[in-house]
Amino acid sequence: MPAQNEKMKAYWRKNLQTLFILLFVWFVVSFGCGILFVNELNEIRLGGYKLGFWFAQQGSIFAFVILIFIYVVRMNRLDREFDVDEE
Amino acid sequence: MEILTWTYILVGLSFALYIGIAIWTRAGSTQEFYIAGGGVSPLANGMATAADWMSAASFISMAGIISFAGYDGSVYLMGWTGGYVLLALLLAPYLRKFGKFTVPDFVGDRYYSNTAKVVAVICALFISFTYVAGQMRGVGIVFSRYLEVPIEWGVVIGMCIVFFYAVLGGMKGITYTQVAQYCVLIFAYMVPAIFVSIQLTGNPIPQLGLGGSIADGTPLLDKLDGVLTELGFAAYTSGRKSITDMFMITLALMVGTAGLPHVIVRFFTVPRVKDARLSAGYALVFIAILYTTAPAIAAFGIFNTIDTTSEKNISELPQWISTWEKTDLIKVNDKNGDGKVQYVADPAVNELTIDRDIMVLASPEIAELPNWVVGLVAAGAMAAALSTAAGLLLVISTSISRDLFKTFRPEISEKKELRIARLAAAGAIVLAGYFGVNPPGFVAEVVAFAFGLAAASFFPVIIMGIFSTRINKEGAISGMITGLLFTIGYIVYFKFISPETNTSEFWWFGVSPEGIGSIGMILNFIVCVTVSKFTPAPPQAVQDMVQEIRIPRGAGTAQDH
Repeated sequence: MPAQNEKMKAYWRKNLQTLFILLFVWFVVSFGCGILFVNELNEIRLGGYKLGFWFAQQGSIFAFVILIFIYVVRMNRLDREFDVDEE
Repeated sequence: MEILTWTYILVGLSFALYIGIAIWTRAGSTQEFYIAGGGVSPLANGMATAADWMSAASFISMAGIISFAGYDGSVYLMGWTGGYVLLALLLAPYLRKFGKFTVPDFVGDRYYSNTAKVVAVICALFISFTYVAGQMRGVGIVFSRYLEVPIEWGVVIGMCIVFFYAVLGGMKGITYTQVAQYCVLIFAYMVPAIFVSIQLTGNPIPQLGLGGSIADGTPLLDKLDGVLTELGFAAYTSGRKSITDMFMITLALMVGTAGLPHVIVRFFTVPRVKDARLSAGYALVFIAILYTTAPAIAAFGIFNTIDTTSEKNISELPQWISTWEKTDLIKVNDKNGDGKVQYVADPAVNELTIDRDIMVLASPEIAELPNWVVGLVAAGAMAAALSTAAGLLLVISTSISRDLFKTFRPEISEKKELRIARLAAAGAIVLAGYFGVNPPGFVAEVVAFAFGLAAASFFPVIIMGIFSTRINKEGAISGMITGLLFTIGYIVYFKFISPETNTSEFWWFGVSPEGIGSIGMILNFIVCVTVSKFTPAPPQAVQDMVQEIRIPRGAGTAQDH
């Protein structure tokens, strides 16, 4: 079934694209904002927090939660679009 | 009522609840014993995963570690939550589709080799045992501090409880008990945090309170930075570790979290692939509630401690200090005899020593909350330790009955397999209890390294098994062994053989033993890919299987094929 195969390849490619984008954000909010650029971001304030410190102890965790839910919604849509979802 | 009475009542009630659930949900088949029959709802599984994941260390010690490490404590916050993103995106859905019971199952099938499976079993056992001994110790400590029984008796009581519901109920019993344990532990953690936050900052939400201002209008964190630097400590919001080391430790903890067998196995219990994804999301929500509160408890705790003791008359110290002095968790020693407490960075002058665990354990008393809250915190700490211990014991028993016994004696009946699984769980509890009573000096150290080992052994092999069809058994086996040996070697060298050189000038690339799992993981990846390149590709059937697990449709309940 070559047509079927092509479709699965397209599905997998879209899946990898999604992963790449989400993991990029994952890296930026934790390793980027929380560690590598923490001193620069600490110059900016968020209420009583220094921004870099906020990312390291609060912001990154909130972002992780949001990322997983974006992934869930996006993958469910992709599964339906390519007709590989579960009944 | 007295604190002790409340503690007995609340801990007793919570135990009765767990045992009741265990009797109600006991397992009848291997499928129920290993994966709770595969019919757990994503929400319940998310809660169970959160309880499974958050150990005695998360509940009792983490806030205290952050209190004294300040910004550097962020490695634990990011490391122990960020791993769930990897788990949800890269592992959980595919392993659920694969549809068997254990991580070594996957490694054995994907790499068509019992050798690979046995290497995976050894990694799983090693990780789980180091981890479970720490939990049993935690149960004992909570018992001895709150119920005034000796640590040994505390461990024995804890063993009996876990024995009862893990051996009887298997994964099914554990799952529903963990749901109850999550509710107990999160309630116990939040109540004191909310009250302290109101007292200090006027904001009932601790996550906002941490960024709030204290009575005189200065932001809490700025005030804390000022107070600490004045006393000679580093500022709370600035780092002391190097950026490289922060980076490597965080990475090792994240990847290690995603590679822990007792966490991965939880995603085999839900009915569908999309439930596995959703369930990881719920799990992280439940974990994040505690993990975003912990830094608030940390800052409130250290601020309150300094505020109520520093330069105060020893005779006028608050009540909780003398209460906890009895347990040696806090010590006041008036070295210069001026009748006041000097809390400073210089150890020769410092007169106040504080154990990190006090930040959570004494928080209800610091906030002058009613006695029942103290009992509640005890029940919460116990729930955290018991739930993690049970999850780990299940991995140990499954590894032995299924991955070792069944692999080499496939003809045994299901009834017999179930009996072996229960026997293995019982044996593992006794062994864990023994280490809880007689902890080898290195247990506490080793628990932290379980993450490095999980990162360096499992994670790369599972990821490559899903995202590449070309990786073969030669690559996987040599990768796992390289990662494991390198990481163990580095840790053993700096921790046991030559501890005097355990400083940043001797570390390779400035990476501490806590963070070396990241390098081990990279080595594993490199070896795995290189060896696979020069050896034959996996058989067509295995390559087809990999294609198959990438697609959600057709995932029945996990079963024994």
